[in-house]
Amino acid sequence: MIQRGNGPVAELLIRTACDGLEALNIGGLSLAESAPQSLTTLAPFRGQEAALGKAMTAAHGLTFPPVKGSTLGKEGARAIWFGRDMGLLIGPDPDPSLAKHAALTDQSAGWAVIELAGVGTEDVLARLCPVDLRLAQFGIGASLRTELKHMMASIFRLDKDRFQIMVFRSMAKTLHHDIKTAMEARAARG
Amino acid sequence: MRITCPLCGERDRREFNVKGAALDRPGEGADQDAWHTYVNLRQNPAGVLAELWYHEMGCGSWLTVTRNTVTHEILKVELASQTEMGGAA
Amino acid sequence: MRIAGQGRVSGAKTVNFTFNGRHLMGLEGDTLASALLANDIHLVGRSFKYHRPRGILTAGSEEPNALVTLGQGGQQDPNIRATTQELYEGLEARSQNCWPSVEHDVLAVNNLAAPFFGAGFYYKTFMWPAAFWEKLYEPMIRRAAGLGALSGQADTDCYEKAFAFCDLLVVGSGPAGLMAALTAGRAGADVLLLEEDSQLGGRLLVEQEEIDGKPASVWLQRALAELQALDSVRLMKRTAVTGAYDQGTYGALERVGHHEMRRHSLKGSHRPRECFWRIAAKHCILAAGAIERPVAFRNNDRPGVMMASAVRAYLNRWGVAPGERVTLFANNDDAHRTARDLVQAGVHLAAVVDSRHDAPDSDFYTVMRGAQVCDTSGGKRLESITVRSVRGEEKIQTDCLAMSGGWNPSVHLTCHLNARPVWRREVLAFVPAAGAVPGMQAVGACNGTFSTQGALNEGAMAADVVLDALGLQRAEAAVPVAEDSPYQIAPLWAVPGKGRAWLDFQNDVTVKDVTQAATENFSSVEHMKRYTTQGMATDQGKNSNVAALAVLADVTGRSIPETGTTTFRPPFVPVSIGAMGAGAVDHGFKPQRFLTSHGASEERGASHLEVGLWYRAAYFPKPGETNWRQSCDREAMWVRRAVGICDVSTLGKIDIQGPDAAKLLDFVYTNTFSTLKQGRVRYGLMLREDGFVMDDGTCARLGESHYVMTTTTAAAGEVMAHLEFVAQVLRPEWDVRFTSVTEHWAQFAIAGPKSRDLLSSLLDEPIDNSSWPFMACGEVSVMGIKGRLFRISFSGEEAYELALPADYGDSLFRTLLARAETLGGGAYGMEALNVLRIEKGFITHAEINGTVTAHDLGLARMLSKKKDFIGKAMAHRPGLMDADRMQMIGLKPTGAVKELSAGAHLFSPEDPIERVHDQGYVTSVGFSPELGHMIALGFLKRGSARIGDEIRLVDHMRGIDTLCEVVEPVFYDPEGERTRG
Repeated sequence: MIQRGNGPVAELLIRTACDGLEALNIGGLSLAESAPQSLTTLAPFRGQEAALGKAMTAAHGLTFPPVKGSTLGKEGARAIWFGRDMGLLIGPDPDPSLAKHAALTDQSAGWAVIELAGVGTEDVLARLCPVDLRLAQFGIGASLRTELKHMMASIFRLDKDRFQIMVFRSMAKTLHHDIKTAMEARAARG
Repeated sequence: MRITCPLCGERDRREFNVKGAALDRPGEGADQDAWHTYVNLRQNPAGVLAELWYHEMGCGSWLTVTRNTVTHEILKVELASQTEMGGAA
Repeated sequence: MRIAGQGRVSGAKTVNFTFNGRHLMGLEGDTLASALLANDIHLVGRSFKYHRPRGILTAGSEEPNALVTLGQGGQQDPNIRATTQELYEGLEARSQNCWPSVEHDVLAVNNLAAPFFGAGFYYKTFMWPAAFWEKLYEPMIRRAAGLGALSGQADTDCYEKAFAFCDLLVVGSGPAGLMAALTAGRAGADVLLLEEDSQLGGRLLVEQEEIDGKPASVWLQRALAELQALDSVRLMKRTAVTGAYDQGTYGALERVGHHEMRRHSLKGSHRPRECFWRIAAKHCILAAGAIERPVAFRNNDRPGVMMASAVRAYLNRWGVAPGERVTLFANNDDAHRTARDLVQAGVHLAAVVDSRHDAPDSDFYTVMRGAQVCDTSGGKRLESITVRSVRGEEKIQTDCLAMSGGWNPSVHLTCHLNARPVWRREVLAFVPAAGAVPGMQAVGACNGTFSTQGALNEGAMAADVVLDALGLQRAEAAVPVAEDSPYQIAPLWAVPGKGRAWLDFQNDVTVKDVTQAATENFSSVEHMKRYTTQGMATDQGKNSNVAALAVLADVTGRSIPETGTTTFRPPFVPVSIGAMGAGAVDHGFKPQRFLTSHGASEERGASHLEVGLWYRAAYFPKPGETNWRQSCDREAMWVRRAVGICDVSTLGKIDIQGPDAAKLLDFVYTNTFSTLKQGRVRYGLMLREDGFVMDDGTCARLGESHYVMTTTTAAAGEVMAHLEFVAQVLRPEWDVRFTSVTEHWAQFAIAGPKSRDLLSSLLDEPIDNSSWPFMACGEVSVMGIKGRLFRISFSGEEAYELALPADYGDSLFRTLLARAETLGGGAYGMEALNVLRIEKGFITHAEINGTVTAHDLGLARMLSKKKDFIGKAMAHRPGLMDADRMQMIGLKPTGAVKELSAGAHLFSPEDPIERVHDQGYVTSVGFSPELGHMIALGFLKRGSARIGDEIRLVDHMRGIDTLCEVVEPVFYDPEGERTRG
């Protein structure tokens, strides 16, 4: 999988969550680790939702994501809905001005983030998640929390046939295994 | 079984964990009887029952789910944060 | 025998297969049953109890007789219904429940002993001596009676499960289901249509009739083409709906690979055999059709006796005449279609027997009215039937008898949520109760509407109801015109007479058995079922239950509705365990959680322990070490003498922020956190609301309104849910936010007298004891990477925990090990960690076992008197503070045996070793290399008052019995001087 710059930062090397797990191409679908980006959860304090939105717009050009949705900002910054009263800022490090309105928590290394893409991705996810992820119900830019097999997951639709899937970092290998199994079974049906 | 989470919409039961009956917590200074009732006594009705469910695999909301234990009909699902069960502080 | 030019498979490619080793040919589109009949094979299996020769009774999934075994070894599939198994090139099928062969079955002697094998036979015969049941009787019966056998080898096939969603689920693709799907699909509804057969069409595939003035097949082709063209309609074949569940959930079994040879190519090896679907549907239209029921008469189980609807199905769909001289026996008009179709196909019709005196006439055959078939003869194939009428009894030569006792609507799914079907007298059948399953409408034959026109009409009307509910506009289209003859039937369940008349072919239950059950007062239908085994096993009585309860009703003098049905339970058709548990094998069974140090640990030969879902290094063997104890001792001594490194990232880490963060911590912990200084850590204890200890851990204050809490590995999820519960449910007015950061930080314990030296060499700014005293915390920088440092100790030594973002975990772990090794230390695993914490009397969930209080643990001082907290009220119940309770103590061996074990129980030395004298138990043990003997923690009645006493430790499981001294639960450095450095 993609490795975040192989060069040493001082002496400490970076290994991303999916380091050592092969990218897959099975039955016309592809699975690959997403390029590493900053991930920050934003949990607005009481009554601060609007103020947080304003600060986010000023700093990153996007608003706090609506329930089950996402917003797109400057330089590819995204905010996806991440659960009850929680958004996930993807891309930039959060502007310090946001901290007044929300609990900001760095999660950049805490999640395995992968992209599953290709025509038929929905069929693979239908074997893993108990939610309706068809385009009519789950449009481009939609984001939800559910389980993937037995793992807590975040599913975000990047495009018609492109999904971002996140599970806790430690389960990267299981995520890879479970998606691979579903991809193979789908492909074998022909 | 499917539960309609006020945030996430209708979801499969496997995403939720049930805690048990939704009860008002005794307020400060409550006597031992009140605590005994809260911790140990359950009505277990054949009929309408309000329960606490945690949408653990979804948005993380605690929900108050009112359902009929005989027909399995779900009558109401609310965010537990809005149902005031904390007792007098 | 195949009739040229007849049937839908006419002209299809030939397919080679074997049955009991015989090489045979069938046609593409055949089922195994139709191919066997085409080859004139009627004897397919042996019956359950009497080993009677049995043939093919039906043409559907309700088949009770024609069960065969396919495949070998790990791919052996027993109890495959020949009537649903599609033929494929190379298929190898064999009969079951017979030895040495289906033709010559030794246990057929059971048939001669039949008088002894009636209902209740087992219960009465194998009663004594009691011990014989398990050792002799049951194994013997199991060998003699039964269905197919498993190979005993692991299943090598793959299975999958999947989820589907729709506005409208249509179950069944006969005229009712197709019309419903068409009507809803044309309006744009999101429709999922499931059909258990390999082809769509239902009865339209097997009946000779017209729709809109043309052969039904023309309409069928057009309807299917239209449905396939509709984007919002999904059609699934070979998929049987198995159960209806709450809130519109349905289970369905898709047979993905049963109709083809298993392929062992790379592609084929991943092809699932079956897929179990969980479907969430807003609405459901049940168009499951009906199942024809047999009539009970003497020897009605011979090969060649078949259902009338099956006979014409084989004729019309597969072009097979199941006999050369066919006879018909019926009590209803519908069955006469079989006679008509046979005559049209040129098959010799030997007789038509109708029990009704007013049965309709035909121009093509004569009808014996008011007559009944009362016996049959033949061995492995039917040879003749005996017909009783006003003219007396006469024998008629025949090799196939088509029988019909009427139709039972397939009400099964409507009953899965506890509803009971309703008896409708006009059609002599149980029909679904209205509203039986919320959101489900039953239409067509499964609703007791048996004409094609009625089915089409009901399908369209039900779809209209769904469209209204969905707010969709119905497209203008007329319901096609079809056959609409009334359903004429007169009751006939069992023909009176001597001998055995079969009701349940699969379980060998006869009219006599049901009568005997009633005589012995098993008169409730549920009792009768259990006593006789009526309706059990793979077919679940699909074609026999109603007749059986009608016989029971007759014997007990009750009406059929009074007698009622047994309970219908999922699954509607057998579902393999493999499909139910799909995916849950090997690595799919549960997630595996790996630490960032996992790779480096493996390189060092560490063996791993499963701790919940986590894999943690147990110990790191060095060359020359021959057992784990040597490694563990060495690692523990490294920590005591030099420095050890241990990955502690599995502990739960919860980031807590907000103006009310301190208030919330004061509420969930027994001790106070609002007074904790920034940059300091405090040990905290959490109780459940019932006053018992829930979890413990440290909590660090990073800022005025910012804390990070650690939980034990075991309780991380539970504590997170608990905090959310408190914040959302109990104190929603407080402003506080939680985020789990367990996975973001790779956190390592650096423990031992040289830990500070190691850190100072590593950190961008060195530390000292005064700027970083015990229980300090704060931000540090490691080679430019920002992290967190906590001076906390779970070993009793001066120790730190260093956390960096997990991306650096692997690299940091390797760096720490390299530096520790230069200082005479290295990695330590869970075994050494455990020894170190037992030496200090630190608790884990071995001690926090759900039954202990803060008092029991000697932590009563942590229960704040100044504030309220969760569990406070209940923790102060007198019973929970009683001095008589078991309290945590330490143990060291004093007897000859120096072995201690966790799980052992404690007794006073003078007491007999009996449960009533139990004084406590041992929770944790380890060998202390520092002290040179084993040490243990445990709980002992009035333990804190018994320090210095002698106690007897007994572990029957491991054969340990020794004497110990009760000591304070701190074995090492009780003043904690080493921790403070």
